[in-house]
Amino acid sequence: MAIESEVLVIGGGLGGLTSALAAAREGADVRLVSYKQSTLRQASGLVDVLGYTPDGDGPLTNPYEAIPSLPESHPYRKVGVQTVRDALSLFDDAVPTYEGEHTETNALLPTHGGSIKPTARYPAGASAGLASDTRDTLLVGIEEMVDFDAPHVAAHLDATGVPFDVRGETIRFPGDLRADAKVTRYAKLLDTNSEVAVRGRMVPAREALAQRVNPLLEDEDRVGFPAILGDDNPGAIRDALGDRLGVDVFEVPMGPPSLPGLRLEDALFAALDEAGASIETGNPVVDFEGEDRIEKVFIEKNGAKIPNSADQYVLATGGFVGKGVESDREGVYEPIFDCHVPHAEDRYDWFEGQLFGDHEFARYGVATDDDLRPLDASEHSEFENLRAAGSVLGGYDFAAEKSGSGVSIATGYAAGQRAAQEAR
Amino acid sequence: MGPTPHIAVIGGGSTGAGIARDLAMRGLDVTLVEQGNLTHGTTGRMHGLLHSGGRYAVSDQASATECIEENRVLRDIASHCVEMTGGLFVKRPEDSEEYFQKKLSGCEECGIPAEVVSGEEARAMEPHLAKDIDKAISVPDGAIDPFRLVVANAASAQEHGARIETHSKVTDLLVESGEVVGIEVEHDSGPGKRVHGTEGGTEQIRADYVVNATGAWAGRIGDMAGLDIEVRPSKGVMTIMNIRQVDTVINRCRPKGDADIVVPHETTAILGTTDEEVEDPEDYPEEQWEVDMMIDTLSELVPMLDEARTIRSFWGVRPLYEPPDVGSDDPTDITRDFFLLDHDERDDLPGMTSIVGGKFTTYRMMGEQISDHVCGKFGIDADCRTADEPLPGSEDFSVLRDYMDEFGLRSPIGRRSVERLGSRADEVLKTDGPNPTVCECEGVTRAEIQDAIEGSGSDLNAVRIRTRASMGNCQGGFCSHRMASELHSEYDESIVREAWDELLQERWKGQRHALWGEQLSQAALNYALHATTQNRDQDPADGEPVDFSAFDTGHSQAGGVDSADVAADGGTDGY
Repeated sequence: MAIESEVLVIGGGLGGLTSALAAAREGADVRLVSYKQSTLRQASGLVDVLGYTPDGDGPLTNPYEAIPSLPESHPYRKVGVQTVRDALSLFDDAVPTYEGEHTETNALLPTHGGSIKPTARYPAGASAGLASDTRDTLLVGIEEMVDFDAPHVAAHLDATGVPFDVRGETIRFPGDLRADAKVTRYAKLLDTNSEVAVRGRMVPAREALAQRVNPLLEDEDRVGFPAILGDDNPGAIRDALGDRLGVDVFEVPMGPPSLPGLRLEDALFAALDEAGASIETGNPVVDFEGEDRIEKVFIEKNGAKIPNSADQYVLATGGFVGKGVESDREGVYEPIFDCHVPHAEDRYDWFEGQLFGDHEFARYGVATDDDLRPLDASEHSEFENLRAAGSVLGGYDFAAEKSGSGVSIATGYAAGQRAAQEAR
Repeated sequence: MGPTPHIAVIGGGSTGAGIARDLAMRGLDVTLVEQGNLTHGTTGRMHGLLHSGGRYAVSDQASATECIEENRVLRDIASHCVEMTGGLFVKRPEDSEEYFQKKLSGCEECGIPAEVVSGEEARAMEPHLAKDIDKAISVPDGAIDPFRLVVANAASAQEHGARIETHSKVTDLLVESGEVVGIEVEHDSGPGKRVHGTEGGTEQIRADYVVNATGAWAGRIGDMAGLDIEVRPSKGVMTIMNIRQVDTVINRCRPKGDADIVVPHETTAILGTTDEEVEDPEDYPEEQWEVDMMIDTLSELVPMLDEARTIRSFWGVRPLYEPPDVGSDDPTDITRDFFLLDHDERDDLPGMTSIVGGKFTTYRMMGEQISDHVCGKFGIDADCRTADEPLPGSEDFSVLRDYMDEFGLRSPIGRRSVERLGSRADEVLKTDGPNPTVCECEGVTRAEIQDAIEGSGSDLNAVRIRTRASMGNCQGGFCSHRMASELHSEYDESIVREAWDELLQERWKGQRHALWGEQLSQAALNYALHATTQNRDQDPADGEPVDFSAFDTGHSQAGGVDSADVAADGGTDGY
């Protein structure tokens, strides 16, 4: 007997989670299965909608205004601009700790490399760091942390022309962490606020950190740290530091493993759980049955193949990074349902000679109809009850456009909602 | 002419660096100039094989004998650059028994220790060898790091008073009264571009003698004085695997052919190669079929290569040369021997000698002969000491010391650092501050990066070849910005940014030839990390100014301490 649900979502990243949430809120019986850790841990945790056009114009102030001029193949064009707005509303409702919903104007956030990037939603923890905010800024780096060199980040930010003075200082983190401690170790120490030895005296970690920063502060009104300020209690940690320093405290988003990405993942899983969906993580979908219609999929668990059947399916397995799209020397393919992935025959046409060139591979993924059903090579839908969402979709270069999260949320929302409606 | 002759050596590959070291150790004044990094040309684009000589034991016994001799010397003087992996010449059923026997007796004739092992024994040594391998000949092949070796030669030359100028391109030979009297170089350096030894600009370097050790580029230098030096550049592809499928050098035991060697090299294995004549040493096609052939053909020896992950491919050009009267059609027929072209004897132009042909393994011997030749010109009677004195890093070196405790490094990273640094480990790793890992793939710590910066300035590609940072699986995706940050304490932000971009682009260049499967996933991730997370592709610091006031200034800006934060009351679930 198969495990049954009305809607089965495959993939636990932003696209899959939004899909499942949208379907559950439509009232459907939803099951989400995901295999590996999602790529959210590799992402900054910022929610971009559209920062640049495919022609490279930008940074865009209003992403929604630019959507109607995108190429027809773009996922935003499939779902339409109103769906993008509705999807963001669902996100705002599910993740209230994010900001940016008060305006349709993009925000500019500092990056850990010292550049700035346009984004539509940002965690509350990053909000005091907005680059359009004119308050002078002190960035604090940790001596052992090679991903965030505060003086370098400050100098680079200055070169981008930010409208404030910015300075970087480097401190030794209290508590004798190993030279190559993971960011989660820093977060844990601050979360638990454990006592650490400071000149022979035991001091709670948050206070010890504030003591190290205090003498470095000049006239700045805000202080930015790399995104290590807690996993479970980030708000409380920021407040504690802010109170002791007398300034606003913010985090600069970082690369993998990204705490803001992990916190976002946790928040969405919690919202999904609350919406009543069933969730199974850690096992891959390896096979399916069905011709025009998917009857069931098989999840591999301890060597056994467990059937899962549903009325409607959402494929949200990610792109090349998440392995929802794969390749070999001969071609590019979607590994679960073998959905068609349009691509150039010669693999030397997949990329350009410049790192930031106009790479075709960046746009590879399944093509869909306006209902997000994947299309085969002759443009017929592959399966009548399968929709695709997120990075498994082709037709857009999320890295160049800064549109990854927005497309995942918008197409996840649309796919989940439509799947639920059809299943009822 | 002063009491000490001044020699200008052109070319910062193994040969040039070897000559510079030798001459400097004999007390001559030496200036070495290189158009790019050390190893920029052919040396930095080899497969890292320390020849036993087995490869030439049938076709070119003179070269084979030289190889085994130098193999022994390098194990001694460059121990921190060498890994004695051993090598196998394996015979497939379709390969000729007659040739196998010729190879065996050839090795004996050339003094190369060689032993026949059965197919089973070979597979016991290398479990991933194809099941149907008949048998093999084991020889003392090894792996050698060309970057580390050349840097050590240059460092030794420097210690003996030589001047080493990288990123300095020779733009002319100075010829006065029918004699070469120096070179003109353009330094590609200075603030805003790249900072290392000297500020940018053109410099005339007068010399008592010029040695042209530019390999495949020798003809170009010759042209500057109207000399005809007919080097025949021949390209070969090498493909780097992300792990070592084999720990022994695997050669195919057959007369000659493309794609017949796998060299385990540090964390990788390198597949080689092809041999195809090209017109221009810097501009030649790099093609898909060459990469495919490496994988397909070498899978006949090590089947798992077919499914394995490659991380990049690169091409090198051999500086082949044969005297004008030989006229080989096929580059594989051209001897690997080297030639010393004295332009006084050959072209009636005194003051310069070119060295062409030759092999990496015998670089030191070539250096010795050139240095003898130069010293002969000046009547200097000084012995060559390069075969006896260890290179910097290889003096009194033992990896058995417990460096983990000493430097607070975890075991694998500590071991690798110490293996790379050899006897310099103490000097480099003893730092005051914390020493975190900057490049995780290759286990390179901050102290090593800082040491490399000290030696090579702001050029991150020079830091890379000295440390291996950014040469692993991620190809700089996770560490290039970290390496750039390490420059910041000493260099301006704009220089740092340029060096960072240059490194990333260099890493991309070779990866293009590995963009399928796992490495395409990796490339997509790297692209996302740099473009999405960091916005490196649209960084306003490199482009148009941004109107900051047109963007969201937040709705909690005026609120003091984060009034919009839901967890402002100290709640436990805030973000």
